[in-house]
Formats: sequence, structure tokens, C-alpha cells
Amino acid sequence: MTVGIISKIHPVRSHSNAAQGGINAALNPDDSWESHAFDTVKGSDYLGDQNAIEIMCREAPDEILHLEHLGVTFHRNDQGLLGTRAFGGASAARTYYVADITGQAILHVLYEQMLKYSDQIDRYEEWFTVDITTDDDGRCSGAIMRNIRDGSLEVFKAKTVILATGGSGQIYKPTTNALVCTADGQAMAYRAGASLMDMEMIQYHPTTLLGNGLLITEGARGEGAHLYNALGERFMEKDAPNKMELASRDVVSRAEQTEINEGRGFPDGSVHLDVTVVPKKRIHEALREIVMVGRDFAGIDITKEPIPVKPGQHYIMGGVKTDVDGQTDIPGLYAAGEVACVSVHGGNRLGANSLLDTLIFGKRSGVHAAGVAKQRNMPDVPATRLDQVRDEIDERINRAPGTGRRVSEVKAELGAIMDAKVAVYRDEAGLQEALEVVRRLKEEAKTATIDDKGTVFNQDVLGSIELGYMTDIAETIVLGAIERKESRGAQFRTDYPERNDEEWLKHIDIKLVDGEPKIEYSPVTITQWQPQARTY
Amino acid sequence: MPKYTLNIRRFSPETGKPAYFETFDVEMEGHRPVLDAILEARADQDGSIGIRCSCQAAICGSCGVRINGNPALACNTLLRDAVATAEDGVTIDIEPMGNMPVIKDLIVDMDAVHWKKVDRVVPWLVPAGDPPEREYVVPHEAMVDVTQTMACIHCGVCVSDCLSMEADPEFIGPAASAKAYRFVGDPRDSATKDRLVHLANDPSGIYDCTHCFKCVEVCPKGVAPMNQIMRLRRRATGDYKIKDHNNGYRHEKAFVNIIEKWGTLHEAKLLPDSYGEGILGKATPDAQKNLIGSLPTALRGLASGKVTIPKVLHHHKIPDIDKVQDIYKKVEGRPERIELNLYIVGEDADALEEEGASEVTPIAATAPAEEGAS
Repeated sequence: MTVGIISKIHPVRSHSNAAQGGINAALNPDDSWESHAFDTVKGSDYLGDQNAIEIMCREAPDEILHLEHLGVTFHRNDQGLLGTRAFGGASAARTYYVADITGQAILHVLYEQMLKYSDQIDRYEEWFTVDITTDDDGRCSGAIMRNIRDGSLEVFKAKTVILATGGSGQIYKPTTNALVCTADGQAMAYRAGASLMDMEMIQYHPTTLLGNGLLITEGARGEGAHLYNALGERFMEKDAPNKMELASRDVVSRAEQTEINEGRGFPDGSVHLDVTVVPKKRIHEALREIVMVGRDFAGIDITKEPIPVKPGQHYIMGGVKTDVDGQTDIPGLYAAGEVACVSVHGGNRLGANSLLDTLIFGKRSGVHAAGVAKQRNMPDVPATRLDQVRDEIDERINRAPGTGRRVSEVKAELGAIMDAKVAVYRDEAGLQEALEVVRRLKEEAKTATIDDKGTVFNQDVLGSIELGYMTDIAETIVLGAIERKESRGAQFRTDYPERNDEEWLKHIDIKLVDGEPKIEYSPVTITQWQPQARTY
Repeated sequence: MPKYTLNIRRFSPETGKPAYFETFDVEMEGHRPVLDAILEARADQDGSIGIRCSCQAAICGSCGVRINGNPALACNTLLRDAVATAEDGVTIDIEPMGNMPVIKDLIVDMDAVHWKKVDRVVPWLVPAGDPPEREYVVPHEAMVDVTQTMACIHCGVCVSDCLSMEADPEFIGPAASAKAYRFVGDPRDSATKDRLVHLANDPSGIYDCTHCFKCVEVCPKGVAPMNQIMRLRRRATGDYKIKDHNNGYRHEKAFVNIIEKWGTLHEAKLLPDSYGEGILGKATPDAQKNLIGSLPTALRGLASGKVTIPKVLHHHKIPDIDKVQDIYKKVEGRPERIELNLYIVGEDADALEEEGASEVTPIAATAPAEEGAS
């Protein structure tokens, strides 16, 4: 059996880098996985599946130790043991971290391990996935890839395929997500017939830099930073008197948006994050990255001045529906991480649970997929499929300029409408308007034109394929938001402002049937925590 | 809205044409990064402009380019700063990074150069035996210390303009050296001595660096690669007494001894002392060969006036040599070597000192003392 890792960018460029603050685990003797699980359930506004959450929180401590043994340079306390910081929505300080580059440190260490075992793993760096293939029995049979360096197309036959393609933030503008987060995996799985789940659940992070939307880690608030409105009030007192700035992200983002909407924000449309209350040495040691972000991107010395922030698109809780072993609806196709929806995050993900989700379910997917692969013969992908994909790409490249809109124009309009109407506060009229625009853009994406006619690093044609991925997935996000007629987690409907467990304590699944999105429901798994009112 | 002119170096291997420059005018606020301007030119004017980019936040390391001849990330270089260094005060030159082959436009082949060098330093942790049941117990300071090199995003900006690499393409280079220190400085790693022996004896290893400081100056993440190279050398010479084939160990000792004795550099003594200590050292076959090999260098020194015959014969001690020697006594009298880690103190070390924070972090030398202290 051979394993290949295929990535459209060099793996160390991946967006896991952006996970700054840390990774949660109940590893301290006075903490418990049950406490971590309950916080996660509550954070999810009871939409998370509790069987999956239990698995994640139980396996978390061993995963941290495994990473530590591989070489992740986790922060130590005075005794030289793993130290923690506080994070939002958590009842104990259980976030393990490397300064504010935790994701980068983990990603790089895992890449080191890949280099160590390079005789057992084939790396295809800068290969773009164009299509997931299935055989006549509906099983996943592999994928079709474009080598970005020379434009050649190849079929990768595979007994099992794991999607680890990350999120879809580029559907929004602004977003904290990198330019590569273009919904590739979600769209390809959806097109291949897999169900998507909870797509309406889009997380707005409370502290993104005004202007360009760069992420300011929740670790800043974990280290003690405060949020102020223009009147100098710590407004979180109103919505979360106990947890204050460290309430769940949906709660903090809504509070900020309310301040801004009701005229208590600063004239530039921001609220202020004040890090100056954190001791300077600690800032340099633990929040080094945002010192640089402030300096390089906002011209601010965060050790001396507050940072203007606002809520900004950050994460998609929804994704390709999987079981606790990463299996999707399509046999042989797996998904793990932000691309997937197990669901452990439900309506709202807790900070420092995303790296954990990725690692735990990535590992479980790998183990399961390897077991299945051992019992399966290599499937075949007919050559006609490759020809089809090649023709389709050639057609994109050969479209005469001026016959359609530019890819960049369609993408910009998509980002704007999503951020305007499918954001922190939503209502029926706005969502219907968004649906109309997104459906038009979906058609326009099919005829959008590009300039680059070449084969070597034709990023233009890849951008056009990504645009198709994004418009498909944007439609499912809007459909989910229209369907869910209640307010839960990140979905806040001003026309349905209450959580409605009686009718809506269920997942919304969307799958493609005869080329049209079809909505179904699936139950939420509850093991030991019955829904309660959610306060912080 | 201010207007900026980007002068982008274009190259496409498919056309068979040589590289050329093409200008694009972009209207944008000056506090926006150069990358945004390039992306806007790509979006509105020419979709075929090739540049790797992803996070737009200086964390993915994709968008290393040369801006007005200086290597930098396009995403954290602001337009107003870039135009300030423009030759004509208006046009911002944007070119691919150096020391690496160009694939297309601003995209270079990092695999062919940078990642190959990273492979040379055994870029993973080599722990001793099986892991403990819980975490490794290591000092807080040691983890913060290696986190400085962990912060390297492999953008290649330091590689681009490394002078030593221009002269010796095989030079291990600043980024891979920083990666090496990431393990050498990690108390969990058990291959420290092997790593150092290898890096010291590699003819294109740590002693190939010429201390030009360029990598420290351009690194967008404060990794300070050259400092890491110097620390690798101090570990190799000070802690492990590794007498390398490159005479790096002896050269460094000769340097230190000459300054202690005279207060200034005695050029004529430096070369012979670097190849062998004392009369007996110089008589070894290796030292003889190296000395003869270095004759052209000595002659060039004489020809250029850098070394003169009177200087060779009479090198005078500086008047207050005792003050220099006091510094030696103070530094060598410390129980452990103190390393300055900018990752901890930031760029505002003085202010921190006022706050009473510790300015320096002692990193205990863990090597066995095989010889007396120098």
C-alpha cells in the first residue's frame, strides 16, 4: 500500500498556520474530559453530536503528548511541564500553545515527520485537485489532478481518499481565511454526491483587524486583554457578566456588532481590543505574532495602543457530513478538519478546538481508510473521465476575453453579498436577496473569462475552477440559513431571535440530487447533556 | 486615491522569450501592502501575473519577492514604504527572489535550493529512546528560545540575498541553519553533537557564513538566522570543542586570543594561527598545506595595503588593553553563557529593562566539558 499527500500549495503554506492561540485538551490532573466536552457542547449551542465530542475530548490529552513527543515546542510552566492559557467558552485553562504560532508549530513539526518518513509517503506538492471520481458502484475511486508546474493532468487511482482541504472563507470578503480557502473539498464531495451538513453555521471571529480582516488571536483575550466601546465601557458586562471577553465567539461577535450597529462603536466602525493591560514581557513572549501584525499591517504598537477590531468571517462549522471515522456518504471517501462536519462544533466552535478536531479526526480517518484500503482492490478510473476534465479545462482557457465577466469581479461580488447578508445578523429578506445574487453568480462563474493561456503555473485557470467551487458552496450556506428558522450558535435570525429546540434541534443536510440541492434533516446525537439555556 | 506604478519582472518559460519588465498602474491607499497592489493588477489588468500567495498575513511564507532590489514578503511591505525606496521615487520594482531558479514571473523553485538544504540538517527531532509517559520536562526558557527558530516560515527571503550562497551555492544557508538550531537548542534532541560535528565539518556548513547580517536584516519573522549560525558555532566550539576540517574552531580561537592580547586584529597572525596553534600546531602536515594554500590571500593582503610589512613585524597593543581584558574576565567568569534572544525582548529591550524584566535569558550549556575553558 502506498500513501500520497497531494496539496495545491506546499504543505507548510497551509492555512493551519493561521491557528494562533492553541489547542484544547483536558490534560491537567484537576481537569476532566467531561468538562471539556460539556464546554464544547454548550459552545455548539447543543447542535454538536455528543458522541463525536466525547471521542474528541477523550482522545485530546494523548494527542497533545504525541505532538509534544514529535517535537512541538509547547509552552512550559516554571516546573518545565506543559503550561496552559485561558480561552473563550472554557471552564478551565486547558489551551496548550506555542506563543501565538501554535498552528504553524504543529504544521511544521508534522511536515518534519513527513520528511522523516519520506520513503513511505509520496508528496505531490503544488498539484491541484480538479475532480473526485467514483466508480459504477458509487464508491470513491480516486481523483484527477493538475500538476500546477506544467499543467499536465493525471488520474490518481485510490482505494480510499481523505479530504483535508480546509475551509471556505474566501466565499466572504473580508475573511481571516487565506486565499487558498476556496471550498475545494466541500464542493468536490458535494458534486460527487456526498451530503453537506450545518452549512449555515459560519463563525465570525470577534477580533479581526479593521480594514483587512486579519486575525487577532483569542489568545490576546486569554492573556487578559479587554474590549471597549467608544464610551469606554467594557460592554461584555452586559451579555456575559461571568466570562466577559472570554464568552463563546458567537456571543462576543454579536455583542460587538450590536455596539457598532447601535452607535456605540468608534467612528471607523470598530470596537477596541486593549492588549496594553497585559505585561509587556508576556506580550513579547506569548503574543509576538500580533505585535508584528499590529506593527506591519496597522501601524500600531499594541503594547501601547488599543487595536481597532470588528467581527469577521473566520470558520465554517458545517462541511462534508462524516461519521466519527471520517467516512462520508460516499464509500471510500473521507473528510477531516474544517472541510468536514462530524459534527463536533455544531452551531459555534470554541477557540482552540479546530486544531484538535483536525488532528483527532484526521488520525481516525487515516486509520480507518488504511484498514479499508487493505481489503480493497485498486479501482479503475476510465480514461474518458480524464478526457472530459481536460476538455472542460481547455474550454475555460480558450473562452474569448470579454465574452463573460472576469473571475475577480464575480468573486468580489460574492464576497460582498455574503458579508452583507449572511453574516452575524440575518433575516429572511436579506437571505433571499443573497440567494438570488449567489445563483446569478453561480451561472456567471460558468462563463467567466481568464487571461492566462499558458500551462506553467496558470493560476488564472485554477482561480476560475475555485470560483465554481465557491459559488456552489455559497448557495448551500444561504439555503441552510434560510431553512433554519431559529437562532442558534452562529445563526442569528432577527426574524426568529430565539432558539427553538422543539423544531430545530436537528442538523440540516444538503445534497445534490439531479443537479439540484435537496434539503434533508438528521438528528443530533445527545448522550449525557440535555439542552439548557446558554449563558456566559 | 494615490497611484502606484508597479514594475514587475515577467518571465514565462513557454514563450521562449527572455525576461522583461512590465508596468502596471494601481490606485490604492499607501497603507495597503504591495501584495494587494499586485493582486489588484492581476484582477483588473492581467490575470497571468504569477505570484505565490495565500495568507496575506506574513505567516504562510508564500510571497517572498524582491522589492526595489531588497528581498521581502509582498504581503507585509506597505506601498508607502516601498515607494520610499524606489530609485525614481515613483516606480516600485518587483522581481523574483535571488539564488533560486525562476519558474514563472515572481515564482521561484524553492525545492531546488531551499528545501534541499533543509534536508541536509536532519530536519526532525531525534529523541533519545522511547518517549516518557507524559511530556518531556524541559526549561521554559529553552522552549521560548527554540520558538524563535520555530517561527521561521520558510519564505526564502533570507536565502534570496545570502551573499555566501552567491559565492558558494552549496552553502547550507541561513534558513536551514536556523532550522538546525531549532533542534540543537532543543533539550529533547539527542543528536546535538552529531548535528554540530556535521555542520562544522561540512565545507559549506556553518563556517561558510561571512557575517554580512543581510539575513537578520531582511527576515520578516525576527528569526535572525545569522545569530543562530553564530550560536551553532559557539555550541560547536565552546561547548563541544569540535576541531573541524574547515579550521573554524581554530580561526575563532585565534581571533579571540589576538584581541585579548592586542586589542585589535593582528592580520598577519590571524591566518597562521587559524591553521594551527603554536609552533607544533603549525608543523602538522595539514597546517602546512593550508598555510601554503593561503599564500595568495596573504599576498593579496599585502598588495591591497590591508596588511603592511611594518604591521606584520610590529603590531602594537592598544593603550587601554587592560579594559579589553577586563571584559574577557567578566564574560569568561560567568557560570554559564548568556544568549540574547530577541524573540523574548523584542526590539525595545531598554524599555523592558526599565520595567524590571530580565533582558537576557541564560541558556545552560549542556555539553560535557571535555577540555578546560578557553
